[in-house]
Amino acid sequence: MKGIFDYFRSPRQGSAKVAKERLQVIVARERSHRSGPDYLPALHRELLEVIRKYVQVGDEAVQMSLENQGNCEILEVNITLSEPERQE
Amino acid sequence: MARIVVITSGKGGVGKTTTSAALATGLALEGRKTAVIDFDVGLRNLDLIMGCERRVVYDFVNVINGDANLRQALIKDKRTDNLFILPASQTRDKDALTEAGVEKVLDELSQEFEYIVCDSPAGIERGALMAAYFADEAIVVTNPEVSSVRDSDRMLGILSSKTRKAERGEGGLPARLLLTRYAPERVERGEMLSMEDVTEILSIDMLGVVPESQSVLNASNAGMPVILDEESDAGQAYRDAVARFLGEDRPHRFLSTQKKGLFGRLFRG
Repeated sequence: MKGIFDYFRSPRQGSAKVAKERLQVIVARERSHRSGPDYLPALHRELLEVIRKYVQVGDEAVQMSLENQGNCEILEVNITLSEPERQE
Repeated sequence: MARIVVITSGKGGVGKTTTSAALATGLALEGRKTAVIDFDVGLRNLDLIMGCERRVVYDFVNVINGDANLRQALIKDKRTDNLFILPASQTRDKDALTEAGVEKVLDELSQEFEYIVCDSPAGIERGALMAAYFADEAIVVTNPEVSSVRDSDRMLGILSSKTRKAERGEGGLPARLLLTRYAPERVERGEMLSMEDVTEILSIDMLGVVPESQSVLNASNAGMPVILDEESDAGQAYRDAVARFLGEDRPHRFLSTQKKGLFGRLFRG
């Protein structure tokens, strides 16, 4: 049984909740980097170089994620071109 | 053959040496012949926590280099039977721990001991990697605090790929968590990550939760493993962890605040 004073205690938003959310995000990100093959950083760099021959983009323009689905691995590459540089 | 256990964490100051001393003593109390090795070359401290600092003659690196044999270097614990300590060297040569040298010492200890507890240094450098490399299982010591939890996850990644077991394709090192410096009242106020939070973030089994306790400092001041303080909550939590380590199923204690006053007794079930 909880003490009766617990009922009067206002439910405060503690900092632990923030800590947990931040950790879940960073741990997931670091795990995906860790489990990826060694060539991913080089692939990322070379993709950027190729794209920059045609369009000026920042380092964040190429986002890659590798997922395991059953027997196959899916490499998802997202290339974002910012508005002014877009050439149609 | 001995079972080799590494006590590791990544982050420093979370309680690796305290835990190594407690686990080794606890196993010895259960009648298991145990050796505990300090892998923190350059920063020897396990001897102080075990209270045998004045009896160190030879150390781990002396044995690796052949300057002394194991029998000369192992310190027999004065309080607990079945317990021996191999102190770290204070050399500043970080390459003193060679893979072949460590393997040779562990092989020799394995002939005679049932458990070998490896007290890892902080960080992910050579000493920490060597402490974990030959292990059969790991205990990752973590505080309920963001940097410690993140570093523990990093260490879990290393344990799953950079150990002999992993390199031989036998899978990652089995690892369990030991949460130390746990403050139930802060958890209840929402100010500290709970046991459940940490388990969920790291998705790993919990070997034990040791409450924040003055008895830990008192014990280290006296050079006595805290597990020998049977009155203290931390000592009891370590006893539970040792029992679980040996396969016993025990519920976690000290997870909630215990009000001992009359007021608390009247209003709490």
